[in-house]
Formats: sequence, C-alpha cells, structure tokens
Amino acid sequence: MIDQDFIDELLVKHEYLSLVSHEDCLTLSCNRDHWLNFASYLSLEETFDLLVDLTAIDHGEDAEVRFSVVCHYYSRVHHDYIRVHVECASNENPEILSISSVYPSADWHERETFDMFGIRFTNHPNMKRILMWDEYPYFPLRKEFPLAGIDTPLPAPDVVEVTDASVEPAPMMGGPFVSSGSGPMSDSEPRAKDESWTEKSEKPV
Amino acid sequence: MIANEVAYNGKVEGDVIVTKADAVINWIRKHSVWPMPMGLACCAIELMASAASRYDISRFGMEVMRFSPRQSDCMIVAGTVTYKMAEVVRRIYDQMGDPKWVVAMGACASTGGMYRSYAVMQGVDNIVPVDVYVSGCPPRPEALLDAMMKLQDKIGKESSVKALTKSASAVSS
Amino acid sequence: MSPTTTKEISIGDVAAREAAGINQMDGEDRMALNVGPSHPTTHGVLRLILELNGDLIEKCEPVLGYLHRGDEKIAENMTYNQFVPYTDRLDYLSPLANNVAYAISVEKLTGLELPERCQAIRVLVCELARISSHLLGMGVFGMDAGAWTPFMYTFTEREKLYTLFEELTGARFTTSYTRIGGVARDIPEGWLDRVSKFCDELPFATDEVEKLLTRNRIFLDRTEGIGQITKEDALAYGLTGPNLRASGIDLDLRKDKPYSGYEKYDFDVPIGTRGDCYDRYLVRIEEVRQSIRIIKQVIADFPSGAWYAEDAKKIFAPPKEKILSSMEELIQNFMIVTEGPQIPSGEVYFEAENPKGALGFYIVSKGGGVPYRMKIRAPSFCNLSILEKLVPGHQLSDITVILGSLDFVMGECDR
Ligand code: SF4
Repeated sequence: MIDQDFIDELLVKHEYLSLVSHEDCLTLSCNRDHWLNFASYLSLEETFDLLVDLTAIDHGEDAEVRFSVVCHYYSRVHHDYIRVHVECASNENPEILSISSVYPSADWHERETFDMFGIRFTNHPNMKRILMWDEYPYFPLRKEFPLAGIDTPLPAPDVVEVTDASVEPAPMMGGPFVSSGSGPMSDSEPRAKDESWTEKSEKPV
Repeated sequence: MIANEVAYNGKVEGDVIVTKADAVINWIRKHSVWPMPMGLACCAIELMASAASRYDISRFGMEVMRFSPRQSDCMIVAGTVTYKMAEVVRRIYDQMGDPKWVVAMGACASTGGMYRSYAVMQGVDNIVPVDVYVSGCPPRPEALLDAMMKLQDKIGKESSVKALTKSASAVSS
Repeated sequence: MSPTTTKEISIGDVAAREAAGINQMDGEDRMALNVGPSHPTTHGVLRLILELNGDLIEKCEPVLGYLHRGDEKIAENMTYNQFVPYTDRLDYLSPLANNVAYAISVEKLTGLELPERCQAIRVLVCELARISSHLLGMGVFGMDAGAWTPFMYTFTEREKLYTLFEELTGARFTTSYTRIGGVARDIPEGWLDRVSKFCDELPFATDEVEKLLTRNRIFLDRTEGIGQITKEDALAYGLTGPNLRASGIDLDLRKDKPYSGYEKYDFDVPIGTRGDCYDRYLVRIEEVRQSIRIIKQVIADFPSGAWYAEDAKKIFAPPKEKILSSMEELIQNFMIVTEGPQIPSGEVYFEAENPKGALGFYIVSKGGGVPYRMKIRAPSFCNLSILEKLVPGHQLSDITVILGSLDFVMGECDR
C-alpha cells in the first residue's frame, strides 16, 4: 500500500503534480508537458514497472477541457496502483505526448484511445486505428456519437457491389431501457438512452 | 416423402435400384455436410461443444469441420458479425463451392442480438443468404443439431438436377 | 517472389496485400502472408500480416477489431445491472469470473461490504471458471500442436462443469450470475456436494491430459524453447496472468491484492522459469490443481447467512419471494430495475485475477444508475500486444503454437 510519506515525497519532488484524491488508489493530476517525464520516473526510479491501463475520458462537448487521458501504473513492491490524469491540449484536435517509448504496452492502448476518442499521441510509432477500420470517419466513444452508429459505407467496395450492404444505425427502440428517474411519469418512463432512432425520431438516413 | 426415398425390393429388381436422380443426389449431399465453422464469438464455443464428446456432431456426418472454404458445403456463422468482419465473411462465402448453405447460429448472427451498436451488423443475412436461423444466446448444442437436421430436410427437398443443368447451361452459354 | 504468389495465398484481401506491399518486397525472396481473421487456430478472429523469408517470419503485424462490438459505449447507455450480461461475453470462456470482477468494481465504488457467504460463493465460481477456461486452453493448445485427443478429454470435463453452471445460473456459459451487491440467487441444494465430487474426479482427467501431452516427444519439440518471453519483456508489454507467471514473475492479484476473501485460502502460485510455450502450458495445468485446492477449502468451511448485501436498499433488489409479498420490496425492486442501482459519483479502478490475466474495470460515475464512462482493461488485449515482438524469428508453423499458448479470447480483446 502507498502511504502518506510516499505521497508527500512525490509531490515535493515533482511540483507539476497535484493530488486529486486517495480513495481507491492514489490519484494524481499531471501537467501535460511533464507527463512523459513522470512516466519515465515511475518506471526507472520507482517500482511502477507495469502500465496496466491507459484510456481517456470525454467530459462532454461543453467542458472547458474536453479530453483527459487517464492511466494506471502498478507497482509490485507497493502492491498498489497510481492513477494519473492528464488534460489534453485543444478540444478540437486533442493531442498529447506518447509514452510508448517508456512503456511498450502503451502502444496499443494509445492506438485504441486514438481510435475511440481521436486523441493523437505525438511521437507514437504507428498512430492509426486499431479496432475500427482505417477509413472509419468517426470516433465512437465521444459523447456526441450515438450508440446506434451513423451511416457509413462499408470498407470493401466489391462486397458492397454484390450485397448492397452498408453501415446502418442499429435500431434502438428494443434496447435496454433506463429511466431518467426525474420529471413527470411520461418523461421518466424507461426508454433506450440513445434516441437517435426511436418511435419519435425517424430512422436517420 | 415417399417419392424422395430410394425404393428397393431385392426380389423384384435384383441389383438394380430405380429412383429419382434428385433423391440420390440429395441423399448423398445431406449425409455428408462438411461445415465451415465461421467461429466469430461466444457461439463458437457451443459449436466446439457440439463437435466434442457429449454432443458429437459426427452422428450426422458433419464432424469434418473444414477451415478451408473450398472444402466445405455449409457455413455455420457462429457469433457476432461486425462490420469489419462482414467483408471477410462474404469473401469466404464466395470462395465456397456450390452447392452451399448458411446457418446463422445464435441471436447475433441472426439479428445482431444484444449488440445494438455502431460496430455490429444487424444480422448476417445482410451479406449472405441464410438457410437456417438458430435462436438462442448462445443456442445450446442440441439446438444447433436440430438446425442441422432441419438443414438436412431442406437439402432433401431441393431440385438438385434442375440446379445442376441450369448452372451447366449458364456456364456453356 | 512475384506479387501473384502473394495474391494466391492471402484470402484475397486487398488491404492485406497493400499493407504488406508497402513495407516489404525490398529483398527479392520476401513474401507476404496473411493469416486470418478466419484461420484454423481456434482462438478467434485475430489477423496477422506476416513477412516471410522462406519459412522464417521476419515481421508480424497483428490486426484486431474484427470482434469489436462497442461494449464500452453500450455500458454508457444502460444501468449497472443491465451490463452484467455483456460481461459474460467478454471472455466467454470464464463468464463467471468476469461477472464477479465487474460486480466487485462497482461495489468498490459504493464502498459496499458483502457478507461472507456471498464472497465465498464468488470465490467458488471464480475458481470453477478458472478451471473451465484452463481446460479449454489446454485442450485447444494440444489441438494447435496437432493433438486432438486431449481436447476431447478436457471437453468432457467442461461439459460436467457446464452442468454445474446450468444448475447454479440457468445457463451453460452466458451465466450473468452476479448483481451489484450480491449474486442472482443462492446456491441450489446439494450443489456443493456435486462440486466437490467434480473436484475429486477432475485430477484423473488432468492426469490423463498430462500423460498425453506433458512428456510427449512431439509436443515437447513443438513447444519447448518456442515463443520465449523474458521477464523484462513480459512486464514491459503489460502481460498478466499465466503468461506473465510463466516468465517467472509471481504476480497474482489473488495474493498481492486479495479481494472477495481470497486471503483466507491457502494456495500456491506456480511460476515458470523460461517463459516459453511449454512453461505456459505447465503453469495452466498447475493452476487447475491449485484451483481445486481452493475450492475444497471454500466448501469445507462454507459460511452460512445472507448471500447478498441486505442493507444496500438502493443497490440490490431483494429476492423474488420478498418482492412478490411485500410492498416496500416491490418498490425497491422497481426503482433498481428502472433507474439502476444508485452509485455515488467518483472513479474506481479494480482488477481481478482472471484466468486470462488481470481483468480491470475503470468506472467513472457521476452518480445515478448509469456509468459515465467505463473502460474495460482486457488481459487478452495486453497479452497480444507482445506478438509484434515475439513472433519474428520463428517459423511459420510455430505461429499456431504461440497463439495457442498465449490463450487469448478475441471477445475480450476487441470488446
Ligand atoms: S448470440 Fe450470444 S452467445 Fe452467440 S455470439 Fe452473440 S452474444 Fe455471443
């Protein structure tokens, strides 16, 4: 377990860090210019040699800083995780330094984050999509993107020719129902959260 | 059904069997369906289970799972077909020799199932013609076996000779 | 070789040829080979684009995403309990363990303490899931190396396990057994006896598999020294689970960060010495034995009492009998079903030691019944990232063995 002394020392040594919370694990927020330094510090001088996870959060279109990258390091000595939040520069073309030179495991995580959020990791050796196909135009985990999806052509033109198939929004009206829990009964009635294609709104074309 | 069966009475016909060509061809076809296991997701595990010890699909002459489309007759689409995978499924289907059949195993392959999302094709019938749909998430191996028996019935009723001559004339013309 | 050859051996995929065409063909004798996404090693729709020099692999580029179903986006659109069935389908070889990992993550966010009986049930099902996953792992690993019989033996045992699961949860492997704050139902009568009977018989089957594989000359030739992963690489690429332990690192979250009462049970963590395919197989076999040990301890001292968090009125819906006979419980059930269990805002990261490695859930909640963001840290995803480094230098025929030994599942890798 990480104790208070460790945290204090860490914060003194690196003034670009700030403590966010220490509930399930130590959560720090890091200045984006230093986050590569901090990553190499954790791996080389501390014992956090396992980068277990790297992902991002979309705080919504109206948020002041829209995207932040979150990653978790694990130490086999402390038997504990450290979580680091970093805010991305620019809400339109979010960008941040890649840490895959320090932690090779970050390579795929960063590609996935790019794929899902469109956050570009500079200096990444192979910054391209990993889960969706290369030509896919959207970033699915952004908040404005509907779960049902958006009409797009299929990546293989010859298959499209024989089958006439394309990427179509999925029907949502049978989907899992959630109640908003507030307002009059008629509004809070359980319904699918994604309303891009329901009885009220036409199937998007 | 009678018309499709091979009528044979040793005393009368000796070594000669008189039957319809369709009946013979279909009889042969339906008892040697070689599946192409298009194992995509969870349903593939049940597909494996139906090939393994307890359910033993070889009772129906279908244990010859061939991963090469060239050698197989029936594609069992077991699992979620994503848009990224759809192209591959279609290509593999195109590579299979005629006659060929498709079984959509499970809710995902049939309709998209519980995956109503941007990445999942809502049913494999968008890209390949499906002969038998199997419900369930995943269908039990019994359900798959039942579907395969239904497919056998379907094969038994096809007009194979007509299809053969039609495709032959299509090639020659 | 001429591009025509490439065209014939690949499955006719334009992209593959192009991708390979860009970074090869400098030497005359190179060849691009596309393996997958549909291929005979039975682990799922992984595709590798290989650059071959004769039979030797010089470069390997894995392509994933053929089973990307959008689980994380789906999670943002439903209540916490509604997502449980989706966790089944992450690593569909050990759904029960996924269920438990997910439930514990959300409970950690609420700070809920579970009664002992519930924890014991969860440990029990986790270990059963581990056995079932490793059995399949060993079976198909044998198959990848050319041995069909072990697969049949292990599947016979898996079928017995499925019968047990079915009795407990109603489904063979899409179990959806946990709920936030408990499990779906208590264990049925006499079930524990049947589990211990299964555990008594299982060693015979694993011994049988070992007789067929462990000292089998062909198997040894195919696996020993193949796909060696050093300790440093294993850590650098974020490997977890048996694959990490086979490289000699004793990281097992059940010991290092015990959850659900694992600290009460006595078991060993097997580690390998060389980190090759053979070691990974041995580690799995031994883990099955250790799981049996844990299960026996759980059953020997099975706690009585409540099997769900009774005081968590806003999180766990009470059992059916109560709902149907009391108004208060009916309302409680209604609220939890329609609005979801009420989870305080905050963020949490929890990893459980699953059969494939550490399955992590990172959940950001803004309060209410629906998560704001859920990231699933899938062990298979991380384990596969080493392929780029691991495969070059091996022969083409080693690919199946290496893939088999890594024992990944695409459902969880692509999510
Ligand atoms: S139908 Fe169910 S079990 Fe089958 S692939 Fe889809 S989710 Fe998995």
